[in-house]
Amino acid sequence: MWNKRRDDEPPRPVVPNIPAPAAPSPVEPKKEATPVSSMPGGRFEPEHRGGGGGVATIGKAVKVVGQIFSKEDLYVDGDLEGSVEALEHKLTIGPNGTVHAGIKAREVLALGTIHGNVEAAEKIEIRKDAKLVGDIRTARIIIEDGAYFKGSIDIVKPDPGKTPHKAPQPAPVAATQPAPVPVPSAPAPEGKR
Amino acid sequence: MARSSPNEPIVTTRPSRGLDEFFAYIRGQSGLKILDLGGVNQQNVTVITNLGHRLYSEDFLRLLTETFGSDDTADQSNPGQIDYFLRQALDYGEDQIDGVLVWDVLEYLSPALLTAVVDRLHSIMRPKSYLLSFFHSDDKLDSVPRYTFRIQDLAQLHVTQQGSRRPAQLFNNRGLEKLFGRFESVKFFLTRDRLREVIAKS
Repeated sequence: MWNKRRDDEPPRPVVPNIPAPAAPSPVEPKKEATPVSSMPGGRFEPEHRGGGGGVATIGKAVKVVGQIFSKEDLYVDGDLEGSVEALEHKLTIGPNGTVHAGIKAREVLALGTIHGNVEAAEKIEIRKDAKLVGDIRTARIIIEDGAYFKGSIDIVKPDPGKTPHKAPQPAPVAATQPAPVPVPSAPAPEGKR
Repeated sequence: MARSSPNEPIVTTRPSRGLDEFFAYIRGQSGLKILDLGGVNQQNVTVITNLGHRLYSEDFLRLLTETFGSDDTADQSNPGQIDYFLRQALDYGEDQIDGVLVWDVLEYLSPALLTAVVDRLHSIMRPKSYLLSFFHSDDKLDSVPRYTFRIQDLAQLHVTQQGSRRPAQLFNNRGLEKLFGRFESVKFFLTRDRLREVIAKS
């Protein structure tokens, strides 16, 4: 009775340690051929300091809505809405890329379309046929003939306080130099050489 | 001047008294907001930003064509269309702008749109600031050359002439004075290529 149907089933081959192939599921996400990151395993690693030459790519068939924080160079050839931060890296908007986002990056190269304000610490380059609608703050700008731009351009000099340098230290007294004449109760000679 | 064929662009570099006057005003200052209606180009960006100013860029003629079509003066008297165009091309606050490089774009506007644009320019310009605009001195032309203006230096312009365009209206001196009647003063300079360079002080 209870086992009747089981008796009717064809006998299963017994293959130890080899799992049966899974039936295709309609909800299984289709594998995207275009990589979204060059990071190992596609995981974002906050400790990774970049500079390794990796470029994360958002392919032209990909749409991303949300915030992106990148610690490697980023190439966007798809649709992007939200915001992008790649403060120490280069962001490239490919010819098929359409970005509706605020952008902060070390360097921005626009070949596609950007709607949003752009802060490029080092430089921004707007190529022929690119379109940028928004306000730009950057240290340097390059605009090719044929590019479309609507907005403002504010050139900001790199902040010298952000460049890594040693804090001013009192000059050490070299042993071979004659000792300075002490001036009792005189303040330290700050700001003087 | 270099000319290779009738359809090739004609490129000239010439002195510009109007530009010289314009920069005489903004040269000694920094942090001004300068609006360029001629569309973006590297030279203008470099010159303006090197002086320490912020550049606002609008491609006025492109927006004009996008709004009213390529038949330039069609619908340019429609109040709704005019209002839409002003929001697209001159969406700036009152007294926000410290100087405007208008170039020759006003010649392509029909009377109703022209009046609205000049009024808006006057409104967005800070008092005592300057506007530089060009007009053909011959007011009986059927078509006028299409120009692109690039700032070579503070007193010289790099002018590219390619093709021609039908102006909506042309002006004599009296017409220009009337056009800029709301401005505090208007000054004209006649160039060798028969353009009137107009400096208007708001």
